[in-house]
Amino acid sequence: MTTVIRELGDEQRELVLNMGPHHPSTHGVLRFVLHTDGEVMRKAVPEIGYLHRGLEKIAESTTYPGYVPYTDRVNYLEAMFANEAFSKAIESLSDIEVPERAQYLRAIAGELNRIASHNITIGCITMDLGAITPFVHLLRERETINDLIEALCGQRVTHHYVRIGGVAYDADDNWLKQVEKFLNHFEAIIEELDNLIVYNEILVKRMADVAVITADDAVGFGLVGPNLRASGVDWDLRRDMPYGIYPKLDFDVPIGAGEKGTVGDCFDRFVVRVRELKQSCRIIRQCINNIPDGDIIGNVSRKIKPPKGEVYSCVEGARGELGVYVVSDGTEKPYRVKWRSGSFSAMSIIEHISEGLMIADLVAVIATLDVIAPETDR
Amino acid sequence: MTSEALIDYVKGLLGDKTKWADPEAGDNFLTVASEDWKNICQTLATDKKCSLTYLRNFTGTDYPEDDEIELTAHTFSYSEKHGLIIKTRISREAAVCDTLSKIWPAAIWYEREIFDLLGVSFNNHPDLRRILMPEDWVGHPLRKDYKQQETYRGIPTTRPA
Amino acid sequence: MDAMVEQGPEGSFVLGKVDDLLNLARKNSLWYMLFGTACCAIELMQTGGPRSDADRFGMVFRATPRQSDTLILAGTITYKMASRIRLLYEQMAEPKYVIAMGSCANTGGLFQESYAVVNGGDLFLPVDVYIPGCPPRSESLIEGLMLIQQKIEKEPWLKKAWTNTKNPKDPQIEGLL
Repeated sequence: MTTVIRELGDEQRELVLNMGPHHPSTHGVLRFVLHTDGEVMRKAVPEIGYLHRGLEKIAESTTYPGYVPYTDRVNYLEAMFANEAFSKAIESLSDIEVPERAQYLRAIAGELNRIASHNITIGCITMDLGAITPFVHLLRERETINDLIEALCGQRVTHHYVRIGGVAYDADDNWLKQVEKFLNHFEAIIEELDNLIVYNEILVKRMADVAVITADDAVGFGLVGPNLRASGVDWDLRRDMPYGIYPKLDFDVPIGAGEKGTVGDCFDRFVVRVRELKQSCRIIRQCINNIPDGDIIGNVSRKIKPPKGEVYSCVEGARGELGVYVVSDGTEKPYRVKWRSGSFSAMSIIEHISEGLMIADLVAVIATLDVIAPETDR
Repeated sequence: MTSEALIDYVKGLLGDKTKWADPEAGDNFLTVASEDWKNICQTLATDKKCSLTYLRNFTGTDYPEDDEIELTAHTFSYSEKHGLIIKTRISREAAVCDTLSKIWPAAIWYEREIFDLLGVSFNNHPDLRRILMPEDWVGHPLRKDYKQQETYRGIPTTRPA
Repeated sequence: MDAMVEQGPEGSFVLGKVDDLLNLARKNSLWYMLFGTACCAIELMQTGGPRSDADRFGMVFRATPRQSDTLILAGTITYKMASRIRLLYEQMAEPKYVIAMGSCANTGGLFQESYAVVNGGDLFLPVDVYIPGCPPRSESLIEGLMLIQQKIEKEPWLKKAWTNTKNPKDPQIEGLL
């Protein structure tokens, strides 16, 4: 779309600008139509669907175990969680017991994945606001996590590690030691991150008091995860609707406190993610210390035929509640699968909060809401 | 509230307008008539004891053998920590329903998605247009009888041998 | 490059083809566009990152199509995106190259059965190199970029007329813009 000047009457005009789908700060293929008055936006209308791959329709012609690799692609930055959400749905529908060791391994792999995902997010926020060095530092750490996960399951990005009834591969003691070694190294990096970038004057000024989302708006538009917690709603599925091994673990849930401005501004959304890194490290340490011996996959037959019924199952992913709604008609293939993702609702609030923001602020909003194209479009 | 207590409370609140599924496996849900859809959702969202302020998920499922499309809303309350699944059924041909966007703003985009993929239109929706597929796309892909067009803007939709 | 170093009365000089000299320069400044559509974009980012370090081959990313030589189709291409990609491709200056990275960009891959996914980037763009994998590792991507370098090396730069006119044999998209 080309640039258009729209007459609004009474000598009022607005400039309609196109941003994306190829734009360096839109994190993949997102597009915005900006209605602007000079540098100030009247509204930013998100346009999505540039990565709509029809995952929900594909499910209707795939068997249940055959669909698990597709769930990796629901969000390639947090493949473990999508695997887990789908597996959990089928497990609760057909009463499959997951062995305890598998639950511990799911938690370790999941939290490693959360750290890897937050590394990209935090790096992208800083990069979009002008600082490239932290991004490169965090990519370096992400490479180490990728190596660990690759040693565990043989894939770097699309893991297919969590299966229906358990996990695919067992971890040996050496691998757990490697993870511990990485944590020792990474916890120092988190400290360094605080000194290096988090309270950087420019970064704080770009984010504090920008695009405040109130708690009511956040709940109404269905924001989840770190975005919801930054607005002051104290809610974490791992603690409040516990699943897997999480009830046995001890961790804190960081919420937005308006550290540099108002509760629910961009800085809160940024800092909540930085704080979550430390909690993930805590969780992994507890898991490594307590992991029992035993089976890694429950008693699952090759052909899975859940009884007729439907289920909604959700896990706390890196972008919050990642849910899947599965309708079974008693055959080997799902009748309907629907993904509920954090980015979809985060994207829908942008039009509501964009009024009066500068165009440069929009970049901070997209980055801190952590919108990612495959999750909005599926 | 526990889910049993919530079900009892909603039964008392809505009277004979409710129909409960009580399936052998999976989640229990409440089915209402499509005429009552908006009012019942409004009641459940604003009632103090329910306070289902969070629309967790909203979607549709096509049932060609019944000639109906089922709309499913998963709602939840952060303060009371309980959730409720509300459903309604509308006919496939005249697929029209009232919008929920005034009750839950999150429904604006969910309804656009249902309109795009299942071809259900919503009365009084503020911005009802395709969201995921291109504007000039033909058909609604999540309907069970959907057939894909052979070419789109000159690109063949099957890979030539 | 087959060139001869000769000793002259006022110092040494090199005898060789102008094509070789130009191609040497082009080959070692292969700039790729910062553009990813799906999962492969993550590996594309890692390739530019500290470990793989594509910089050492003279490959740096550019954010605008007008400054880049290579378009990397990193990930699944949907019908909605295809016309946008074609538009980006037409904004790039000649000579330009296209890499199809990953199974989705090669043939549609996992999503070949999907109603929304183009079954291969070559249905609407002329593709030079195909890289298999889902997603390919950064090493594979570097190999793909090196194959482009080998292609550049052999090109008759001076003889070939580089114009922005459309090749009728290329696949096209209707109703662009």
